[in-house]
Amino acid sequence: MCRSNLLSLIPTGRAMAFRWFAGLVCLVFLVFLVGNRPLFAQEKNPYAGDAKIAKVGEYQFRLNCAFCHGLGARGGGRGPDLTRAKRHGSSDAEIFHNIHDGIAGTAMPAATNGGIGVGMSDEEIWQVVTYIRSLEVKAPAQPVGSAAHGKQLFNGAAGCSGCHMVEGKGGRLGPDLTSVGASRSTEYLVESLRNPSRRLAQGIFEPMKEFPQEYVSVSVVTADGTKLSGVVVNEDQFTLQMLDTREQLYLFEKEKLRSLEKRRESAMPAYDQKTLSDRDLQDLIAYLQTVGAQ
Amino acid sequence: MKSALSSKRAKSRFLPSLGMTIFGQPVNVLGFLGRLTAQAGKRRDLGMTIPGRVAATLLVGMVCLGLASVASAQVTAQRLLDSAKEPQNWLMYSGDYAGHRYSVLEQVNTKNASALVPKWAYQTMAGGKFETTPLVVDGVLYATGADDRAFALDARSGRPIWQYQRALPADIRPCCGRVNRGLAIFGDKVFLGTLDAHVIALDTKTGNVVWDVAAAEHSMGYSITLAPLVIKDLVLIGVSGGEYGIRGFIDAYDEATGARKWRFYTIPAPGEPGHDTWEGESWKIGGAPAWITGTYDPATNTTFWTTGNPAPSNRGEGRAGDNLYSNSLLALDPSTGKLKWHFQFTKHDEHDYDATQIPVQVDDGDRHLIMQANRNGFFYVIDRASGKLLSATPYGRVTWSNSKDASGVPIERKEASPTLAGVPVCPGALGATNWMSPTYDPQTKLFYVSAREQCDIFSTAPQPYEAGHAFYGSAYFPNDDAQPFWGALRAIDPATSQIKWELKHLSPSWSGVLSTAGGLVFTGDAEGNFMALDAATGKILWHFQCGASVYASPMTYAMDGKQYVAIAAGSTLFAFGLP
Repeated sequence: MCRSNLLSLIPTGRAMAFRWFAGLVCLVFLVFLVGNRPLFAQEKNPYAGDAKIAKVGEYQFRLNCAFCHGLGARGGGRGPDLTRAKRHGSSDAEIFHNIHDGIAGTAMPAATNGGIGVGMSDEEIWQVVTYIRSLEVKAPAQPVGSAAHGKQLFNGAAGCSGCHMVEGKGGRLGPDLTSVGASRSTEYLVESLRNPSRRLAQGIFEPMKEFPQEYVSVSVVTADGTKLSGVVVNEDQFTLQMLDTREQLYLFEKEKLRSLEKRRESAMPAYDQKTLSDRDLQDLIAYLQTVGAQ
Repeated sequence: MKSALSSKRAKSRFLPSLGMTIFGQPVNVLGFLGRLTAQAGKRRDLGMTIPGRVAATLLVGMVCLGLASVASAQVTAQRLLDSAKEPQNWLMYSGDYAGHRYSVLEQVNTKNASALVPKWAYQTMAGGKFETTPLVVDGVLYATGADDRAFALDARSGRPIWQYQRALPADIRPCCGRVNRGLAIFGDKVFLGTLDAHVIALDTKTGNVVWDVAAAEHSMGYSITLAPLVIKDLVLIGVSGGEYGIRGFIDAYDEATGARKWRFYTIPAPGEPGHDTWEGESWKIGGAPAWITGTYDPATNTTFWTTGNPAPSNRGEGRAGDNLYSNSLLALDPSTGKLKWHFQFTKHDEHDYDATQIPVQVDDGDRHLIMQANRNGFFYVIDRASGKLLSATPYGRVTWSNSKDASGVPIERKEASPTLAGVPVCPGALGATNWMSPTYDPQTKLFYVSAREQCDIFSTAPQPYEAGHAFYGSAYFPNDDAQPFWGALRAIDPATSQIKWELKHLSPSWSGVLSTAGGLVFTGDAEGNFMALDAATGKILWHFQCGASVYASPMTYAMDGKQYVAIAAGSTLFAFGLP
């Protein structure tokens, strides 16, 4: 029994020997925890290519993963489309580890009991891996459009780079799109261009906060009468962090504003057929998917 | 009011350690204080606030100064009954047996709340959700943190006196985080339920384990996250595990030895009443956990406990019937564990609508009631003696039910039953509220609850039972990610079940609510703010950014004549007070 936590291991008086022993036990336990990956995880999928297991895995997926990744693994409100190349690795072993241990720096939790979920056994994780791999085969391999022309559009006529960054270049009024091609389904990308207000893009994701901030449009009138409009970077009940259309960051206390109006619509214009033909749309998406795959 | 009932039984309790060095003669200072602050409350109603409040404040000061150096009085059964009479202490999870989470302390009030400042912070350095409600007894604060740590602090400074860390096995099965909500206290022991389904007693002076008993086998999916409830010399506790196909129960342990005195299975065995509400063998794995602390009515010697979902939680196939006593309110005899009556909120639940919200006791004249803002979106008023439903009124968006049975109990709409393709239903699986505590304020006579406005798509996913494995039989995900999800602190008038005011939250909050005689309610939000509101109007009077979403219920205590308000957020326990 490790009665004391690591902070209270400083030895005092006659309990010293016991405490050091307890500390050693704790340490061994911690090493065991930290080192559990090689102990429990396997590198080889015992069910690779098994269609029946893939079906079982589909149910496991619905139970454990669909909340973020959507039914059919084609990307939900939070999680990426998993039917195509995955940014954090596409091999069986990589997918297993991503599920088992979570992905640091993302909202992807560990599926085991240390994470947020109900906990999945290794067997269940392999079932899901098998399911995900079974989807991949069915998905179209190559983007249909011209990535090169898409890049030209992105940085030129379509005006995307004015607000969006790709690989460190571009604006920051809208979300960085470097990896969006890898993480979102084609349908999602089409919808984002044709009807960007239908589903707002997600911004900052804070640890333990249930829902991420969205790219909500905002207009304010400051105490001195200055009118500003732009997008919400973050906010709480009392404060607002926003970028105006020139990407100037403003930090406000809400009660000091003369007015504050938020709109659940994207600051991005809807690209209809006239502004962006179906052909150009395909090319843009091909560009984003090519960049994302790199 | 509840406190009026208990004060009759509390006549001349006297605490030796409070020795009456203060006035030089034996006086029941705490009882006097209770009466005085109660009177102060009445005077406020008559518009004569100040003198009563000053007197009460001075007295809190004297009492606590006396206590500060002594800090050794043991918590007795009588003190637990009379918790309202020692408002400087917080003796149980909800503050009192009625489940009010209300304090007569009024040093911090609507006039000065805007001046609140942080007094100290204690860092557990633990990850995950921090759901504890601390106890405070005579200047010492006892609380728990993630991974079943427990600690005792100097309530004035936040400095640790002892720290305990449970060594948890690797194969524990907590469904929803490695959380713990707090302790119970009696005599010289605090009691902790652990994630490996043990109940343990720790020495209040050292944190050493006094006894340790296994309530259930953790590898089968049992865990404990709630704060126990002590009644007389028994430690009452329930289990989590509704997502693993357990068979739920509520236990009572002898505080001195840890010997189990009774167990009430929340799913009746063959031959017992209610067993026929389960199909075939489904009762064996039917869930119905009890993972939030109950309340107690000493006048009738009845303890009220609530239960969670039937398993699998979101698929009714294979468990045809009402599935008693899942999602129910249970009235038990605390001495024997015998069931007096039950009321089931959600029959044959398919949406994970655990009824594990505090069953709050409210007395309205001759009417002795239980009020509960249920996860399924209805606010229920129930007769405390009979379990008869008096009213059920939505306090948030509800689509799972659009009709009631002959006794007024909301029943499921057939079309709300989950399908393979998915069905949108409100509230979502996390509910119109959840485990976070509401509060009942006897001054405003309002019931305050954190309400969540979020709907989900419920989709079935056949899943065979396998011992110790997740067993919930469905998927759920946000109804429409084009819709914003939001929340609100709602003040419900129990007389009409109508919402008197609400404070909108930007997103659904997981914070409980505290009310005080200072005319305040305290709550937190998902954006990390902890705030004080005017209990009458909902106006925000003060706030502090804690730096992490609040997943806990606030409490208050006093020391050195100064009132503190405490909340857990992130990995930090904060205490606030006046400068």
